[in-house]
Amino acid sequence: MQVFVQTVGVAGPGLDGWEASRPILAGLAEHRMAPTACRIPDILSAAERRRSNGTARLAILAAQEALRASGLNGDAIATVFASSDGDGDITQHICESLADEAREVSPTSFHNSVNNAPAGYWSIATKSSLASTSVCAYDMSFAAGLLEAACYATVERQPVMLIASDLPFPFPLHKIRPVEQSFAAAFLLTPAAERPGSMRWQISLEPHHTTTAFPSWVPDSLRSNAAARCLPLLAAVAKNHAETVALEYTESSRVVVLCEPAGVA
Amino acid sequence: MTPLTLTAMAGANSLGLGLSATWDALRQDRHGLRPNDFEDATIKTWIGRVDGLEGEPIAGDLAEFDCRNNRLALLGLRQDGFEQAVDNARRTYGSDRIGVLVGTTTSGILETELAYRRRTSSGELPSTLRYRQTQNLFSVSEVVRRRLDLRGPVASISTACSSSAKVFACASRWMETGLCDAVVAGGVDSLCFMTLYGFASLGLLSERPCRPCDAERNGLSIGEAAGFVLLERRGAGHGDIDLLGYGESSDAYHMSTPHPEGLGAITAMERALARAEMKPIAIDYVNLHGTGTQANDLAEDRAVVKTFGTHTPCSSTKDRTGHTLGAAGITEAIVAALCLRYGFIPGTVHTNRIDPLIQSRVMRTSESRPLRSVMSNSFGFGGNNCSLILGKRS
Repeated sequence: MQVFVQTVGVAGPGLDGWEASRPILAGLAEHRMAPTACRIPDILSAAERRRSNGTARLAILAAQEALRASGLNGDAIATVFASSDGDGDITQHICESLADEAREVSPTSFHNSVNNAPAGYWSIATKSSLASTSVCAYDMSFAAGLLEAACYATVERQPVMLIASDLPFPFPLHKIRPVEQSFAAAFLLTPAAERPGSMRWQISLEPHHTTTAFPSWVPDSLRSNAAARCLPLLAAVAKNHAETVALEYTESSRVVVLCEPAGVA
Repeated sequence: MTPLTLTAMAGANSLGLGLSATWDALRQDRHGLRPNDFEDATIKTWIGRVDGLEGEPIAGDLAEFDCRNNRLALLGLRQDGFEQAVDNARRTYGSDRIGVLVGTTTSGILETELAYRRRTSSGELPSTLRYRQTQNLFSVSEVVRRRLDLRGPVASISTACSSSAKVFACASRWMETGLCDAVVAGGVDSLCFMTLYGFASLGLLSERPCRPCDAERNGLSIGEAAGFVLLERRGAGHGDIDLLGYGESSDAYHMSTPHPEGLGAITAMERALARAEMKPIAIDYVNLHGTGTQANDLAEDRAVVKTFGTHTPCSSTKDRTGHTLGAAGITEAIVAALCLRYGFIPGTVHTNRIDPLIQSRVMRTSESRPLRSVMSNSFGFGGNNCSLILGKRS
């Protein structure tokens, strides 16, 4: 399968947006640890800013950056959201309420508890009526999301935004899923090259045994975040060099991405 | 699209185990709902519970996956010779050429809910809680894949109540791009406190068995179910039912309220028709999403009338199974397949008087008649919609 990466967005610790992060991802600037900037994305209306949950806001922050850099209209873009863990704050809040005698679940928490809540808020913000799919494959959720996005672009011949995001769980859930840092990234993929400077990805499922390592500067605290497993691909986009990235997927297969600057024949 | 054949089907829901239990219940106008007796949940509502899950822990190699949702998944797989059919497909294609896609909304969250009651004095959860194998949404796909010994691509799909309709769309893409030669597509959702108390908090649970399209409908009945199909290329395997089309859309309107005119639903149905290259007149029956809430049924009715007019027979079968959420898409796809196979349109079982505001042709009583193609609708929170078209091989 072949897709073209039009634009990307990123929100992570010391990775505050693509422009600021690109030199770091390209290995040209030092990464400095800083908490993930959790701005509320202004693409959301005032009402949705108020209602939306943390997971939705972080995912949409990254997606908004990729959308605005592309010049495309959000209503012409389908979405694939990939997350391993969903919203731990909401799980904690609801489970806490359910363990209480009154068992009063907040209606807002409940409707935000669906795994596709970020997709719902995004579609409202962009007025996109196109397909949206939310996938989970535990630590391999990004690889599964990438496959789905590539299949979508290939079969449906439409642009698709792939958004990967995961956040730390609060106490006491943190112990059963120890993720330290918040991270989200968005990749706007198209079936054909739309503009110069985009990168071509050839994506396949291969019986490879090696997996591309995290760039060496990535702190350990970020490596436990399932969404951060896209960092080798973000780095490839930042460098814009030909490169092969293999992502762990199943026990017997890897999602292999041949990255190539699209200007190269 | 290139049609795919459903070469095997299996399911377990409140109507019973296996396709024959579902078919018998359809034919005999039987429902599977009962007054809520789930654990110690005190909500006054009716539920579609699967009997016996409490007493059937998962043993052996997969014991670490033991939880209500995965028990239900394995119970579903054991029905209707499904595992044998997958065995045969594995011999034909190789285990790495068969994918697994399972829809779920809450997976094994019940384990975490119960663990919260057993927190230590310092608030810690018990160390026996197995997150990856229970609560995580991927757990159900992992257990299905391991049980069936498959090694192709795998993912859980979680788009609320459209989850296990969406698996057909994803499976079709996986086949179209050559990633797979066959896909096990399904959905599993089981009763838990989050769902019952969550829907109660929204005022969406009826205190009676749900009555889709009734003038006095006042909410849904929650159910649990597992369902699976094996999808292969047409001509590659035996089967009398084909997937002819799917249509996906987003409402882009509100997180938990459908667009009043059903715009997202219209788009999903039209896209399914376009993909199947069919005209609305070719659809002989629409299995509605039909949850039994005031807003949902009315919005879907507007959409069905806009798409089909007022002559196409339609009904919801959630008054028999309950709303099985992430398993609703697959459960109703299987119902649609049975309707096609046996030439049957199910009527409603609890609905007394059709809402005069509802204009589509809702079938009060069941009818036997040959059907060629059937649409099944699934719409979820977040405005995520998916319509499927299944057809009978001539």
